[in-house]
Amino acid sequence: MKIGRGTKAATSLLLASVLSFVPVVACADEILVSAAASLTDVLKDIAKHYHSKSKHRILLTLGPSNFLARQIDEGAPADMFFSADVAQMDLLEKNRRLEPGTRKNLLSNQLVIVVPADSKLAIASPKDLLKPDVKKIALADPAAVPAGVYTSKYLTGERLWKELKPKIVPVLDVRATVASVESANVEAGFVYKTDAAISNKVKVVYEVPLDKGPKIIYPIAIIRDSKKKDAARDFINFLLSPAGKAIFTKFGFVLLN
Amino acid sequence: MIFSLETWQITIFSLVVGLASTIVILPFGVALAWLFARKEWHFKSVVETVVLLPLVMPPVSTGLILLKIFGRRSPLGGWLYERGVEIVFNWKGVLIAMSVMSFPLLVRSVRTSFAEVSPRLEQIAATLGASPLKIFFVVTLPLAYKGIVAGALLAFSRGLGEFGATILLAGNIPGRTQTLSLAIFNFVQTGKDAEAFTLLGITVFLAFTFVWFSEWLLRAGKKA
Repeated sequence: MKIGRGTKAATSLLLASVLSFVPVVACADEILVSAAASLTDVLKDIAKHYHSKSKHRILLTLGPSNFLARQIDEGAPADMFFSADVAQMDLLEKNRRLEPGTRKNLLSNQLVIVVPADSKLAIASPKDLLKPDVKKIALADPAAVPAGVYTSKYLTGERLWKELKPKIVPVLDVRATVASVESANVEAGFVYKTDAAISNKVKVVYEVPLDKGPKIIYPIAIIRDSKKKDAARDFINFLLSPAGKAIFTKFGFVLLN
Repeated sequence: MIFSLETWQITIFSLVVGLASTIVILPFGVALAWLFARKEWHFKSVVETVVLLPLVMPPVSTGLILLKIFGRRSPLGGWLYERGVEIVFNWKGVLIAMSVMSFPLLVRSVRTSFAEVSPRLEQIAATLGASPLKIFFVVTLPLAYKGIVAGALLAFSRGLGEFGATILLAGNIPGRTQTLSLAIFNFVQTGKDAEAFTLLGITVFLAFTFVWFSEWLLRAGKKA
């Protein structure tokens, strides 16, 4: 029987996937980072770069920040937590799950207004959303989701929230906001710059100036129970190095301090 | 069709752990289904209901309960941890989540197939001097095996689709605990619709194949 390349590849993969469960004894550490799903792309890129420079390897577990905090609180063996939201980090700090002195506010993001890529409407500022052509504006639930909370704060500051509120369609999260703008079921939406960057079916028409917008914070910290704190510190140093910062910037994030 | 290395890895991992979970729950499921179908005992209806609960409860809440049970800070999780057994953020967590979530489907299907075996045949075997154990293996099991295989296939398919309990107990670690469902979630979250649809296609193909075969076996079982 002729064994195809595909079969061979599949067999070696099967072996690899079985072997990867066998703990490997080595001096290099595997650092498990619990990270918000919105950081997936940038952290995968950073992990690759880090591995080429360091003996340590980065493993990611990705999900909604509140799930991740919950798992760490129950003793899940994560070495670091990278949250999209300060509240979840506060919870872990209150429960003494963080290594004292390791918490850092690393990243920020920027709110932007997006419209469908083929939109003909002239929207160049938040004020233009008052125009009667703009009938619906998608927004992550302003009552619960951080992106929505940030936007409503910003629009209230601009004295536009009251007038725009009847047009607001609250949706599940930032990804759902992008999706509803992509499908052109709404004329515009407020999302993070990094989320707008991964869709080519929407275009950014306005960036909320950083000094005017509310402070969006992604904090990082080392977990108290981690047995790989030195390796974790080494990774944080890499994140703060020019090489690490360059990758965050490439993906559209804003670095704090 | 050519898939990426990552896609193969995710698919094979899901199938291997799904298969392992089905093998683990099969003996317990068959034994319990037989007790449900053939015996009357105290609090049977309560036990039946408890076994069914994971089928109707929000998977995330089942996952939270499992996390509480197996987390390092719980008595059981702590005891296991001291002996070097890690469940949380580990493939064993995927296996447990899949097992718990698919167990009710297995028990329900197998129970029905046992109920369809005429007790008269078992009684006849008993009058011919067969022991209860021999009756089970020579009469009941062979007559019900199609239903058992169908139930196992259905449970296996349910395990493959499991998401909520898995992400809470086992995390979502690419290359370690990431199943098809978890990878689809990740691709959707990061706006990679094309990759999500590739995995979706694989999931639909697998689910269709196994569920269709399961149904076919049940129909064949009825005719026999």
